[in-house]
Amino acid sequence: MDDSWISFDIPSLMQNFWSATFDGLTFGAIYGLVALGYTLVYGVLNLINFAHSEVFIIGCYGVVFTLTSLGFGPNVPTLGPLAIIGDLLLALIVGMIASAVTALALERVAYRPLRKRNAPRLAFLITAIGASFAIQYGIFLVRGASPEPAVTMFQPTPIFDVFGTIVDSQQIIIVIAAIILMVATDQFIRRSRTGRGIRAVAQDPDTATLMGVDRERIIMTTFVIGGLLAGAGALFYVMKVPSGVFYAGGFVLGIKAFAAAVLGGIGNVRGALLGGLLLGLIGNYGQILLGNSQWTDVVAFVVLVLVLLLKPTGILGTSMGRARA
Amino acid sequence: MEGRNINMQFNRTMVSLAVVAVLGLAVTGCANQASTGGSGTSATGSKVNLPAVTSISTPADAVLPAGDGKAKCASGLTLAYIGAETGANAQLGINIFNGVQLAIDQHNKANAGCQVGFKKFDTEGDPTKATGPVTQAVNEADIVGVVGLPFSGESKATGNIFEDKGLVHITPSATNPTLTQNGWTTFFRGLGNDSVQGPAAAKFAVDTLKSKKVYLVQDDSDYGIGLADATKAGLGNDLVGSDKVITGQKDFSAVVSKIMNAKPDAVYYAGYYAEGAPFDQQLVAKGFKGAFIGPDGAKDDQFIKQAGNASSNAYFTCPCIPGELIPSFETAYKSAFNLEPGTYSIEGYDVATVLLSGIDKGKTTRPALLGYVKSYDADGLSKHYKWDSKGELATPAVYGYKVDNGKIVPIGVIGK
Repeated sequence: MDDSWISFDIPSLMQNFWSATFDGLTFGAIYGLVALGYTLVYGVLNLINFAHSEVFIIGCYGVVFTLTSLGFGPNVPTLGPLAIIGDLLLALIVGMIASAVTALALERVAYRPLRKRNAPRLAFLITAIGASFAIQYGIFLVRGASPEPAVTMFQPTPIFDVFGTIVDSQQIIIVIAAIILMVATDQFIRRSRTGRGIRAVAQDPDTATLMGVDRERIIMTTFVIGGLLAGAGALFYVMKVPSGVFYAGGFVLGIKAFAAAVLGGIGNVRGALLGGLLLGLIGNYGQILLGNSQWTDVVAFVVLVLVLLLKPTGILGTSMGRARA
Repeated sequence: MEGRNINMQFNRTMVSLAVVAVLGLAVTGCANQASTGGSGTSATGSKVNLPAVTSISTPADAVLPAGDGKAKCASGLTLAYIGAETGANAQLGINIFNGVQLAIDQHNKANAGCQVGFKKFDTEGDPTKATGPVTQAVNEADIVGVVGLPFSGESKATGNIFEDKGLVHITPSATNPTLTQNGWTTFFRGLGNDSVQGPAAAKFAVDTLKSKKVYLVQDDSDYGIGLADATKAGLGNDLVGSDKVITGQKDFSAVVSKIMNAKPDAVYYAGYYAEGAPFDQQLVAKGFKGAFIGPDGAKDDQFIKQAGNASSNAYFTCPCIPGELIPSFETAYKSAFNLEPGTYSIEGYDVATVLLSGIDKGKTTRPALLGYVKSYDADGLSKHYKWDSKGELATPAVYGYKVDNGKIVPIGVIGK
């Protein structure tokens, strides 16, 4: 490994296959939650909201501040299970609200004025990148470069054993809760009146407006849903990576979630879930196959490039409106 | 329409209930474990009992910053600290410049006729940012000597700048062995390097902690790479696996998985606390029961602060002297900063004293002070200082440390 710049460690992948799988699914579920925010906004506005990674990190700060003020810290909490559940639910709600408010503010401050004067799409993209940096360095000014102190929510316990690899409670909570949230979002978009409005705007904004859909309201709702899901993803991310909250902490995760959305088919709600899980798995397998941690992000971005080259519409196709009109 | 909406409402309520139920069930399982198993890091049966040492032998007639109190020098002479004041591993830098500050304050208080100034330049500990502050410092004519740079990567990146301007700099903490192999004549190291620390750490893991299987993890800094190589050589067949992490990494799940599958008795981490602390925490959260051994770059209270209870499995190796066990230094440091001396505080103090004693002897130009340090041969508060032609000290000691009740305490010399 020391001599050549790249090598493939297949025995290590065989040996660590199951642990890589479970961790990959755990991260994949988090990517999926964040990817939904990219996908929904893209579906409705054809806009890649690059500042969504900051929507996510603000949610992380919400979660960390809530838990820190409730007495959580790097140590395993000594509270009873019910108290922990209560505190985590509170942190979840605060995180979701923090992210949703950020997403909504972003829409109002950064994107809406552009829409009003019919700005070209490039202007939206540059604004998104600008907003992303503005929020990042805004956090930097207030909180500095150091990460927030680690917050341990609970001590994960082994739940069951697959071929000698332990699956712990933390992985199960994250994967199941994330999948439930994503399925609920999918059902909401498919079945509810607002969901139908979102699909209508995605399919044909002008006709939808003529049919009495309030486009501005639908856009706001879309940003809020994306924010809520990113906030939920934030709780699970802090659960998995307790010391990962710092000003630029959302950036790479955001790009990975965006890659996941593209992989599944941007604009496609189910694609975000599929893409997230796949990207989590690919990243983890790749990291172990290639020998060290320096490769995780590279693998994710290579996947993004390959998808764009080979199947730009992603696995499930890009259309939110047409797929299930 | 109405009926369908109510149905929808019902479905959504069911879904949210299910979320709460699943979260609840899973957390209940864990929380039970937490209450019975404590932090999960409590001493296992195999944990070796290593008593803390409470005193160390230090030179009796050390050169002190105060000198004889009769020094005369021109005003405007300045010593500089260049290194991390902010950034992820800032605490190590703070420990050092506090030591330097203390030495200069004691000197100036005792010597009314020789007031030496002190300037600090922030590198954030980052090799890519260090050239700016170093260039700025070497171009300030009043600076005759420098304490720094603390880290190996930044030292490697900037050694040539000092060399070009003939400005003497003594690092109180950079331990990469190759730093003295660049032909620099202005670089001096105030402690042992990693070709001493690495083998000592390997011996400590295998002989003292009785680890049959050691897993080695390194970061991507010059320091981590050099130290890992030196340790690897010492471990031989006891090394069961190795992996690399990157500066700024926050998630260690893949490395942790590999370690859990390799089932080592100990993990040696060659890197700094900014990554080491979350790494240890995630390792323990996954159920790792062995020892976590970190080097000097991880040895700081920040490690404990960031890793929490998980840090109770941690040991450290360090070619630094436990300054808190030198009573006169401990008292003075504490009264000056209201803090216990940290890692490298005493090294910062001692090397600043070397430079100050030169100024007191009239070596007030850059070439004169450089020549003075080259031929220096005297005791400091913590050890003897005499450099070879490359800038290395003879026979530096490596100390072992352990975490005891949330504090890092020395357990004595583990290698020379």
